[in-house]
Amino acid sequence: MTTDSPATGDGVNGLITDWASDKDAFKRVSWGKTMMWIFLLSDTFIFSCFLVGYMSVRMTTAEAWPNASEVFALTIAGEHLPLLLIAIMTFVLITSSGTMAMAVNCGYRRQPKQAAMLMLVTAALGVCFVGMQAFEWTKLITEEGVRPWGNPMGAAQFGATFFMITGFHGFHVSIGVIYLIIVAAKVWRGDYRERGYEIVEITGLYWHFVDLVWVFIFAFFYLW
Amino acid sequence: MQTHNQSEGHQQHPISVYFKVWGLLFVLSSFSYLVDILQLQGALRWTLILVFMFLKAGLIVAIFMHMVWERIAFVLAILSPPLCLLVLIGLMASEASYTHLNRLIFFN
Repeated sequence: MTTDSPATGDGVNGLITDWASDKDAFKRVSWGKTMMWIFLLSDTFIFSCFLVGYMSVRMTTAEAWPNASEVFALTIAGEHLPLLLIAIMTFVLITSSGTMAMAVNCGYRRQPKQAAMLMLVTAALGVCFVGMQAFEWTKLITEEGVRPWGNPMGAAQFGATFFMITGFHGFHVSIGVIYLIIVAAKVWRGDYRERGYEIVEITGLYWHFVDLVWVFIFAFFYLW
Repeated sequence: MQTHNQSEGHQQHPISVYFKVWGLLFVLSSFSYLVDILQLQGALRWTLILVFMFLKAGLIVAIFMHMVWERIAFVLAILSPPLCLLVLIGLMASEASYTHLNRLIFFN
C-alpha cells in the first residue's frame, strides 16, 4: 500500500476524505503494518471468545470457584505470599514491552545493532516468562492436582479454562520469541539497510499485543 | 503530533515518552497486585481491577503500539470492531445467569 494520493485534512474531515478517496483508505500506514494490525484484531476476537467462555462457565457453576489468590500463592522461606509468581511474570512481561519499545526507537534512529540487541533482550525476557509459566503449570498439576476435568479446590471448570487460556497465551509468547529472534538476526545481518526498519515496529506490535492480552488475563483470571 | 516525522510514516517519538509510560505501567501493575494483597472485596475490588486494567491496556495500545499517532481512519478501523464483543458479553452474561438460576433450583 503506497501512499500515492496525498492525505488531506485532519480529524473528522480527514476521516471522511480518507474513506471517500476511493483508493487507499489508510494513509501513511504501510501494507505490512496494516496486515499485522488486522491479524491482531482477529487474535483479539479469539482471546475474547476464550475469556467470555470463561465468564460463562464461572457464572453458571453452582460450586464455589477456587480462590486464585490462594491457588497461585507461593511459600518462600516460611512466608506465605499470595499470587507472587504471577506478579513477577507480569513485571517481566512489562519490562520486555519496554525493551521492545526501545528496540523500535533504535530501529528508526538507524542503530540496527542496538535494535537487534534489544530485541534479543526482549526475547530472553519472553523465555523467562514461559519458563515461569512452565513452573506454574508443573506445580499446579503435580502438587495441587489440577486437571482440565476437575480439581480438589472447587468448580471443575477451573482447570479447563486455566489451561486453555494461559496455554494459548504462553503459545503466543513462545511464537513471539521465535519471531523476535528471526527478525533480530535479519536486522543484525543488515537485511533492512535499504528498506528501513519498520519491520522492528511491526514485530513490536505483535509483542505489545501479547503483553496486552496478559493485562486482561491477569485482571479476569487471577485477580477477579 | 504532526511534528514527529510523520510524513514518512515513521513512528519516531522522544524516548522520554516511552520511559514515562513504562514507569506508569509498573505503578499500575503494582496497584492491581495491591488489590489482591490488601484483600479488597466486592464492588470496590472489581472496580479497581477494571480501572487499572483499562488504564494499562490503553497506555499499551496508545503509546507502545503508537495508536495516538495514527490517523483516525486507521484507528477506528482497528479499534471499533472489538466493540461488538460487548454484545457477546451481554448475551452470554444473561444466558449464564439463567443457567445458574436453573442449576440452583434443580441440582441443589
